[in-house]
Amino acid sequence: MGEKNPPFFSQENLNKSSWNSRVKLKDIVESLGMKVVTAHEGLLREVTGGYASDLLSDVMAHASAGDVWVTLQIHPNIIAVATLKDVAGIVIVQGREPDGETIKKAQSEHIPLLVSELYTFEIVGRLYHMGLSGMR
Amino acid sequence: MLKEYRADLHIHTILSPCTELTEMLPRAIVTRAHQIGLDVIAICDHNSSENVSPTQKVSLTGGLVVLAGIEITSKEEVHTLGLFNGAEEVRKVQEVVYSTLPGENDEESFGYQVVVNERDEAVYFNKRLLIGATTLSLEEVVELIHSFNGLAIASHVDREAYSIIGQLGFIPPGMALDALELSPKIRVEEARKNFPQCRDYPLITSSDAHSLDDIGKSSTTFVMEGVSVAEIQLALLGTQGRRVLL
Repeated sequence: MGEKNPPFFSQENLNKSSWNSRVKLKDIVESLGMKVVTAHEGLLREVTGGYASDLLSDVMAHASAGDVWVTLQIHPNIIAVATLKDVAGIVIVQGREPDGETIKKAQSEHIPLLVSELYTFEIVGRLYHMGLSGMR
Repeated sequence: MLKEYRADLHIHTILSPCTELTEMLPRAIVTRAHQIGLDVIAICDHNSSENVSPTQKVSLTGGLVVLAGIEITSKEEVHTLGLFNGAEEVRKVQEVVYSTLPGENDEESFGYQVVVNERDEAVYFNKRLLIGATTLSLEEVVELIHSFNGLAIASHVDREAYSIIGQLGFIPPGMALDALELSPKIRVEEARKNFPQCRDYPLITSSDAHSLDDIGKSSTTFVMEGVSVAEIQLALLGTQGRRVLL
Protein backbone atom coordinates (compact mmCIF):
# COMPACT_ATOMS: atom_id res chain seq x y z
CA MET A 1 0.00 0.00 0.00
CA GLY A 2 3.01 2.23 0.28
CA GLU A 3 3.13 2.69 -3.46
CA LYS A 4 1.11 5.63 -4.67
CA ASN A 5 -1.52 4.76 -7.26
CA PRO A 6 -1.42 6.81 -10.44
CA PRO A 7 -4.38 9.19 -10.88
CA PHE A 8 -7.45 7.41 -12.26
CA PHE A 9 -7.34 9.13 -15.64
CA SER A 10 -3.59 8.97 -16.03
CA GLN A 11 -2.23 8.02 -19.42
CA GLU A 12 -0.87 4.87 -17.80
CA ASN A 13 -4.34 3.74 -16.73
CA LEU A 14 -5.90 4.72 -20.03
CA ASN A 15 -3.37 2.62 -21.86
CA LYS A 16 -3.88 -0.52 -19.84
CA SER A 17 -7.60 -0.43 -19.18
CA SER A 18 -9.76 -1.87 -21.88
CA TRP A 19 -13.09 -0.46 -20.73
CA ASN A 20 -12.45 3.12 -21.67
CA SER A 21 -10.11 2.70 -24.57
CA ARG A 22 -11.77 3.73 -27.78
CA VAL A 23 -13.03 0.71 -29.66
CA LYS A 24 -13.21 0.98 -33.40
CA LEU A 25 -15.26 -1.28 -35.60
CA LYS A 26 -12.08 -2.75 -37.09
CA ASP A 27 -10.91 -3.79 -33.60
CA ILE A 28 -14.11 -5.80 -33.24
CA VAL A 29 -13.70 -7.35 -36.67
CA GLU A 30 -10.14 -8.40 -35.87
CA SER A 31 -10.81 -9.57 -32.36
CA LEU A 32 -13.83 -11.70 -33.24
CA GLY A 33 -12.58 -12.79 -36.65
CA MET A 34 -15.58 -11.55 -38.56
CA LYS A 35 -16.19 -11.31 -42.28
CA VAL A 36 -16.72 -7.80 -43.61
CA VAL A 37 -19.45 -7.95 -46.24
CA THR A 38 -19.94 -4.25 -46.95
CA ALA A 39 -18.67 -0.74 -46.21
CA HIS A 40 -15.01 -1.25 -45.35
CA GLU A 41 -14.84 2.54 -45.22
CA GLY A 42 -16.87 2.47 -42.02
CA LEU A 43 -14.45 0.28 -40.09
CA LEU A 44 -12.55 3.20 -38.60
CA ARG A 45 -15.65 4.52 -36.90
CA GLU A 46 -15.63 4.48 -33.13
CA VAL A 47 -18.14 2.15 -31.52
CA THR A 48 -19.70 3.67 -28.43
CA GLY A 49 -21.95 0.87 -27.24
CA GLY A 50 -23.91 -2.16 -28.26
CA TYR A 51 -27.42 -3.47 -28.74
CA ALA A 52 -28.64 -7.01 -29.37
CA SER A 53 -32.16 -7.74 -30.59
CA ASP A 54 -33.94 -9.46 -33.45
CA LEU A 55 -37.15 -7.49 -33.13
CA LEU A 56 -36.61 -4.56 -35.47
CA SER A 57 -39.37 -2.50 -33.87
CA ASP A 58 -37.48 -2.87 -30.59
CA VAL A 59 -34.19 -1.84 -32.19
CA MET A 60 -35.89 1.25 -33.63
CA ALA A 61 -37.05 2.11 -30.12
CA HIS A 62 -33.89 1.35 -28.15
CA ALA A 63 -30.65 1.27 -30.16
CA SER A 64 -28.39 4.32 -30.02
CA ALA A 65 -26.15 6.06 -32.51
CA GLY A 66 -22.69 4.52 -32.54
CA ASP A 67 -23.89 1.11 -31.33
CA VAL A 68 -22.77 -2.12 -32.84
CA TRP A 69 -26.02 -4.03 -33.41
CA VAL A 70 -26.01 -7.82 -33.08
CA THR A 71 -28.86 -9.67 -34.80
CA LEU A 72 -29.83 -12.82 -36.66
CA GLN A 73 -32.17 -10.96 -39.02
CA ILE A 74 -30.90 -10.65 -42.59
CA HIS A 75 -33.94 -8.99 -44.18
CA PRO A 76 -33.25 -5.78 -46.17
CA ASN A 77 -35.16 -3.81 -43.52
CA ILE A 78 -32.18 -4.12 -41.16
CA ILE A 79 -30.31 -1.58 -43.30
CA ALA A 80 -33.09 0.97 -43.05
CA VAL A 81 -33.22 0.51 -39.29
CA ALA A 82 -29.42 0.77 -39.02
CA THR A 83 -29.47 3.98 -41.08
CA LEU A 84 -32.31 5.45 -39.04
CA LYS A 85 -30.53 4.75 -35.75
CA ASP A 86 -27.07 5.62 -37.11
CA VAL A 87 -25.52 2.45 -35.70
CA ALA A 88 -21.82 1.92 -36.38
CA GLY A 89 -22.34 -1.50 -37.86
CA ILE A 90 -24.44 -4.66 -37.93
CA VAL A 91 -23.13 -8.02 -36.78
CA ILE A 92 -25.02 -10.94 -38.33
CA VAL A 93 -24.73 -14.02 -36.14
CA GLN A 94 -24.33 -17.75 -36.84
CA GLY A 95 -22.69 -17.19 -40.22
CA ARG A 96 -26.04 -16.31 -41.80
CA GLU A 97 -25.73 -14.98 -45.32
CA PRO A 98 -27.49 -11.66 -45.91
CA ASP A 99 -29.40 -11.74 -49.19
CA GLY A 100 -28.50 -9.74 -52.27
CA GLU A 101 -30.96 -6.94 -51.66
CA THR A 102 -29.68 -6.47 -48.10
CA ILE A 103 -26.09 -6.25 -49.32
CA LYS A 104 -27.02 -3.81 -52.07
CA LYS A 105 -28.78 -1.52 -49.60
CA ALA A 106 -25.91 -1.76 -47.10
CA GLN A 107 -23.47 -0.70 -49.80
CA SER A 108 -25.51 2.29 -50.89
CA GLU A 109 -26.15 3.39 -47.29
CA HIS A 110 -22.52 2.71 -46.24
CA ILE A 111 -23.58 0.46 -43.40
CA PRO A 112 -20.86 -2.02 -42.41
CA LEU A 113 -22.36 -5.50 -42.51
CA LEU A 114 -20.26 -8.00 -40.56
CA VAL A 115 -20.82 -11.73 -40.33
CA SER A 116 -19.70 -13.83 -37.38
CA GLU A 117 -19.85 -17.60 -37.13
CA LEU A 118 -20.61 -17.29 -33.41
CA TYR A 119 -23.93 -17.24 -31.60
CA THR A 120 -25.36 -14.00 -30.19
CA PHE A 121 -24.56 -14.80 -26.56
CA GLU A 122 -20.91 -15.44 -27.33
CA ILE A 123 -20.55 -12.33 -29.49
CA VAL A 124 -22.13 -10.04 -26.93
CA GLY A 125 -19.95 -11.53 -24.19
CA ARG A 126 -16.80 -10.88 -26.17
CA LEU A 127 -17.87 -7.33 -27.08
CA TYR A 128 -18.56 -6.59 -23.43
CA HIS A 129 -15.13 -7.93 -22.62
CA MET A 130 -13.66 -5.46 -25.11
CA GLY A 131 -15.13 -2.64 -23.05
CA LEU A 132 -18.41 -2.05 -24.84
CA SER A 133 -21.57 -1.65 -22.81
CA GLY A 134 -25.27 -1.49 -23.54
CA MET A 135 -25.80 1.04 -20.76
CA ARG A 136 -26.07 4.71 -21.59
CA MET B 1 -76.75 -8.52 -55.93
CA LEU B 2 -74.54 -6.80 -53.40
CA LYS B 3 -74.99 -8.04 -49.86
CA GLU B 4 -73.30 -7.57 -46.52
CA TYR B 5 -71.31 -10.50 -45.18
CA ARG B 6 -69.88 -10.48 -41.69
CA ALA B 7 -66.60 -12.35 -41.65
CA ASP B 8 -64.06 -13.52 -39.10
CA LEU B 9 -61.17 -14.57 -41.30
CA HIS B 10 -58.68 -15.75 -38.69
CA ILE B 11 -59.71 -18.73 -36.58
CA HIS B 12 -57.44 -21.46 -35.22
CA THR B 13 -58.48 -25.04 -34.55
CA ILE B 14 -57.24 -27.75 -32.22
CA LEU B 15 -54.47 -28.33 -34.77
CA SER B 16 -52.70 -25.18 -33.61
CA PRO B 17 -50.70 -26.14 -30.53
CA CYS B 18 -51.64 -22.96 -28.70
CA THR B 19 -55.45 -23.44 -28.74
CA GLU B 20 -57.60 -24.65 -25.88
CA LEU B 21 -57.48 -28.43 -26.08
CA THR B 22 -60.78 -30.16 -26.91
CA GLU B 23 -62.50 -26.87 -27.68
CA MET B 24 -61.67 -25.68 -31.21
CA LEU B 25 -63.31 -28.51 -33.12
CA PRO B 26 -65.06 -28.17 -36.49
CA ARG B 27 -68.64 -28.62 -35.25
CA ALA B 28 -68.11 -26.41 -32.22
CA ILE B 29 -66.51 -23.66 -34.31
CA VAL B 30 -69.19 -23.73 -36.99
CA THR B 31 -72.01 -23.81 -34.42
CA ARG B 32 -70.55 -20.91 -32.50
CA ALA B 33 -69.89 -18.84 -35.64
CA HIS B 34 -73.45 -19.43 -36.77
CA GLN B 35 -74.90 -18.55 -33.36
CA ILE B 36 -73.20 -15.18 -33.23
CA GLY B 37 -74.29 -14.28 -36.75
CA LEU B 38 -71.16 -14.68 -38.81
CA ASP B 39 -71.63 -15.39 -42.53
CA VAL B 40 -68.01 -16.26 -43.33
CA ILE B 41 -65.08 -17.67 -41.40
CA ALA B 42 -61.62 -18.79 -42.44
CA ILE B 43 -59.69 -21.56 -40.73
CA CYS B 44 -56.07 -20.42 -40.42
CA ASP B 45 -53.90 -22.77 -38.40
CA HIS B 46 -50.18 -22.25 -37.95
CA ASN B 47 -48.34 -23.64 -40.98
CA SER B 48 -51.01 -26.25 -41.69
CA SER B 49 -54.40 -26.55 -43.36
CA GLU B 50 -55.31 -30.10 -42.36
CA ASN B 51 -58.43 -29.10 -40.41
CA VAL B 52 -59.83 -26.93 -43.22
CA SER B 53 -61.67 -29.69 -45.09
CA PRO B 54 -63.41 -31.18 -42.04
CA THR B 55 -64.65 -27.74 -41.03
CA GLN B 56 -65.87 -27.03 -44.57
CA LYS B 57 -67.77 -30.35 -44.54
CA VAL B 58 -69.55 -29.41 -41.30
CA SER B 59 -70.57 -26.01 -42.66
CA LEU B 60 -72.23 -27.39 -45.78
CA THR B 61 -75.63 -27.73 -44.14
CA GLY B 62 -75.70 -24.46 -42.19
CA GLY B 63 -75.10 -21.76 -44.77
CA LEU B 64 -71.90 -20.53 -43.16
CA VAL B 65 -69.06 -20.22 -45.67
CA VAL B 66 -65.72 -21.58 -44.51
CA LEU B 67 -62.75 -20.31 -46.49
CA ALA B 68 -59.57 -22.32 -46.74
CA GLY B 69 -56.74 -20.61 -44.91
CA ILE B 70 -53.31 -21.02 -43.39
CA GLU B 71 -51.14 -18.77 -41.22
CA ILE B 72 -47.58 -19.10 -42.47
CA THR B 73 -44.52 -18.18 -40.40
CA SER B 74 -41.67 -16.71 -42.43
CA LYS B 75 -38.02 -17.09 -41.47
CA GLU B 76 -38.13 -13.58 -39.98
CA GLU B 77 -40.92 -14.95 -37.73
CA VAL B 78 -43.57 -12.82 -39.40
CA HIS B 79 -47.07 -14.32 -39.58
CA THR B 80 -49.05 -13.99 -42.82
CA LEU B 81 -52.54 -15.28 -43.57
CA GLY B 82 -53.18 -17.02 -46.87
CA LEU B 83 -56.84 -17.26 -47.88
CA PHE B 84 -57.96 -19.52 -50.71
CA ASN B 85 -61.16 -20.54 -52.42
CA GLY B 86 -60.64 -24.24 -52.06
CA ALA B 87 -59.05 -26.82 -49.84
CA GLU B 88 -57.06 -28.03 -52.86
CA GLU B 89 -55.12 -24.77 -53.30
CA VAL B 90 -54.31 -24.49 -49.61
CA ARG B 91 -53.20 -28.12 -49.54
CA LYS B 92 -50.65 -27.37 -52.27
CA VAL B 93 -49.42 -24.37 -50.34
CA GLN B 94 -49.18 -26.54 -47.25
CA GLU B 95 -46.96 -28.97 -49.15
CA VAL B 96 -44.43 -26.19 -49.75
CA VAL B 97 -44.74 -24.99 -46.16
CA TYR B 98 -44.14 -28.50 -44.79
CA SER B 99 -41.07 -28.96 -46.99
CA THR B 100 -39.55 -25.80 -45.52
CA LEU B 101 -40.58 -26.31 -41.90
CA PRO B 102 -37.89 -27.96 -39.77
CA GLY B 103 -38.34 -29.64 -36.41
CA GLU B 104 -40.69 -31.87 -34.49
CA ASN B 105 -43.38 -30.79 -32.05
CA ASP B 106 -42.75 -31.22 -28.33
CA GLU B 107 -46.29 -31.78 -27.12
CA GLU B 108 -45.42 -31.27 -23.46
CA SER B 109 -44.00 -27.82 -24.15
CA PHE B 110 -46.12 -26.49 -26.99
CA GLY B 111 -49.35 -28.47 -26.87
CA TYR B 112 -51.08 -31.15 -28.92
CA GLN B 113 -51.73 -30.73 -32.64
CA VAL B 114 -54.83 -32.72 -33.45
CA VAL B 115 -56.08 -33.43 -36.95
CA VAL B 116 -59.79 -34.21 -36.76
CA ASN B 117 -62.65 -35.24 -39.02
CA GLU B 118 -66.03 -33.60 -39.59
CA ARG B 119 -67.48 -35.54 -36.64
CA ASP B 120 -64.97 -33.86 -34.30
CA GLU B 121 -63.10 -37.14 -33.86
CA ALA B 122 -59.32 -37.15 -33.56
CA VAL B 123 -57.70 -38.74 -36.62
CA TYR B 124 -54.05 -38.35 -35.67
CA PHE B 125 -51.52 -36.08 -34.01
CA ASN B 126 -49.51 -33.89 -36.36
CA LYS B 127 -45.87 -34.22 -35.28
CA ARG B 128 -44.41 -31.27 -37.20
CA LEU B 129 -43.18 -28.21 -35.34
CA LEU B 130 -46.12 -26.07 -36.49
CA ILE B 131 -45.28 -23.35 -33.98
CA GLY B 132 -41.85 -22.97 -35.63
CA ALA B 133 -40.71 -20.84 -38.55
CA THR B 134 -40.33 -21.93 -42.16
CA THR B 135 -37.14 -21.15 -44.06
CA LEU B 136 -39.15 -18.99 -46.49
CA SER B 137 -38.55 -15.24 -46.49
CA LEU B 138 -41.61 -13.03 -46.05
CA GLU B 139 -41.42 -12.10 -49.73
CA GLU B 140 -41.39 -15.81 -50.65
CA VAL B 141 -44.41 -16.47 -48.42
CA VAL B 142 -46.42 -13.74 -50.13
CA GLU B 143 -45.35 -15.01 -53.55
CA LEU B 144 -46.32 -18.58 -52.59
CA ILE B 145 -49.79 -17.48 -51.52
CA HIS B 146 -50.30 -15.47 -54.71
CA SER B 147 -49.06 -18.31 -56.92
CA PHE B 148 -52.12 -20.29 -55.81
CA ASN B 149 -54.45 -17.31 -56.30
CA GLY B 150 -54.75 -16.64 -52.60
CA LEU B 151 -54.96 -13.42 -50.65
CA ALA B 152 -51.93 -12.53 -48.55
CA ILE B 153 -52.87 -10.63 -45.40
CA ALA B 154 -50.33 -9.55 -42.78
CA SER B 155 -51.47 -10.92 -39.40
CA HIS B 156 -52.19 -8.70 -36.38
CA VAL B 157 -49.92 -5.85 -37.51
CA ASP B 158 -50.55 -3.92 -34.27
CA ARG B 159 -48.98 -6.64 -32.13
CA GLU B 160 -45.29 -6.67 -31.35
CA ALA B 161 -44.94 -10.44 -31.49
CA TYR B 162 -44.85 -12.16 -34.87
CA SER B 163 -46.20 -9.22 -36.84
CA ILE B 164 -44.60 -7.67 -39.89
CA ILE B 165 -44.16 -4.32 -38.12
CA GLY B 166 -42.99 -5.86 -34.85
CA GLN B 167 -40.44 -8.15 -36.45
CA LEU B 168 -39.26 -5.95 -39.31
CA GLY B 169 -39.87 -2.48 -37.88
CA PHE B 170 -41.98 -1.40 -40.84
CA ILE B 171 -43.59 -2.89 -43.93
CA PRO B 172 -40.86 -3.22 -46.57
CA PRO B 173 -41.54 -1.01 -49.59
CA GLY B 174 -43.32 -2.76 -52.42
CA MET B 175 -44.75 -5.61 -50.32
CA ALA B 176 -47.59 -7.08 -52.37
CA LEU B 177 -49.92 -7.58 -49.40
CA ASP B 178 -53.64 -7.62 -50.15
CA ALA B 179 -54.52 -6.29 -46.70
CA LEU B 180 -53.33 -5.81 -43.14
CA GLU B 181 -55.15 -7.43 -40.26
CA LEU B 182 -55.72 -5.63 -36.96
CA SER B 183 -56.10 -7.59 -33.74
CA PRO B 184 -59.16 -7.09 -31.52
CA LYS B 185 -56.95 -5.09 -29.16
CA ILE B 186 -56.80 -1.95 -31.30
CA ARG B 187 -59.36 0.31 -32.91
CA VAL B 188 -58.99 1.22 -36.58
CA GLU B 189 -58.41 4.94 -35.97
CA GLU B 190 -55.84 4.20 -33.31
CA ALA B 191 -54.03 1.80 -35.66
CA ARG B 192 -53.88 4.38 -38.45
CA LYS B 193 -52.43 6.86 -35.99
CA ASN B 194 -49.90 4.58 -34.29
CA PHE B 195 -48.91 2.69 -37.44
CA PRO B 196 -49.07 5.17 -40.34
CA GLN B 197 -48.50 2.37 -42.89
CA CYS B 198 -52.02 1.15 -42.04
CA ARG B 199 -53.16 4.01 -44.32
CA ASP B 200 -51.36 2.47 -47.29
CA TYR B 201 -53.18 -0.89 -47.33
CA PRO B 202 -56.76 -2.13 -47.03
CA LEU B 203 -57.51 -3.18 -43.44
CA ILE B 204 -59.48 -6.03 -41.96
CA THR B 205 -60.13 -6.89 -38.35
CA SER B 206 -60.49 -10.44 -37.11
CA SER B 207 -60.38 -12.36 -33.88
CA ASP B 208 -57.35 -14.67 -34.23
CA ALA B 209 -59.57 -16.97 -32.13
CA HIS B 210 -57.83 -19.61 -30.03
CA SER B 211 -60.96 -20.40 -27.99
CA LEU B 212 -64.69 -20.52 -28.79
CA ASP B 213 -65.33 -17.34 -26.82
CA ASP B 214 -62.86 -15.48 -29.03
CA ILE B 215 -64.75 -16.18 -32.25
CA GLY B 216 -66.25 -13.01 -33.71
CA LYS B 217 -64.73 -10.84 -30.98
CA SER B 218 -63.61 -8.80 -33.93
CA SER B 219 -64.92 -9.17 -37.47
CA THR B 220 -65.09 -7.39 -40.80
CA THR B 221 -68.17 -6.79 -42.92
CA PHE B 222 -67.68 -7.14 -46.66
CA VAL B 223 -70.16 -5.76 -49.17
CA MET B 224 -69.97 -8.09 -52.17
CA GLU B 225 -71.80 -10.43 -54.54
CA GLY B 226 -71.45 -13.80 -52.92
CA VAL B 227 -68.47 -15.14 -51.05
CA SER B 228 -65.21 -15.96 -52.79
CA VAL B 229 -61.61 -14.91 -52.59
CA ALA B 230 -62.06 -12.89 -55.79
CA GLU B 231 -65.04 -11.01 -54.30
CA ILE B 232 -63.13 -10.30 -51.09
CA GLN B 233 -60.27 -8.96 -53.19
CA LEU B 234 -62.64 -6.59 -55.01
CA ALA B 235 -64.01 -5.45 -51.65
CA LEU B 236 -60.50 -4.84 -50.32
CA LEU B 237 -59.75 -2.78 -53.41
CA GLY B 238 -63.09 -0.99 -53.05
CA THR B 239 -64.05 -1.45 -56.70
CA GLN B 240 -67.23 -2.36 -58.59
CA GLY B 241 -69.42 -1.44 -55.64
CA ARG B 242 -67.69 -3.91 -53.36
CA ARG B 243 -66.28 -2.51 -50.16
CA VAL B 244 -65.19 -3.17 -46.61
CA LEU B 245 -67.10 -1.85 -43.62
CA LEU B 246 -64.92 -1.61 -40.55
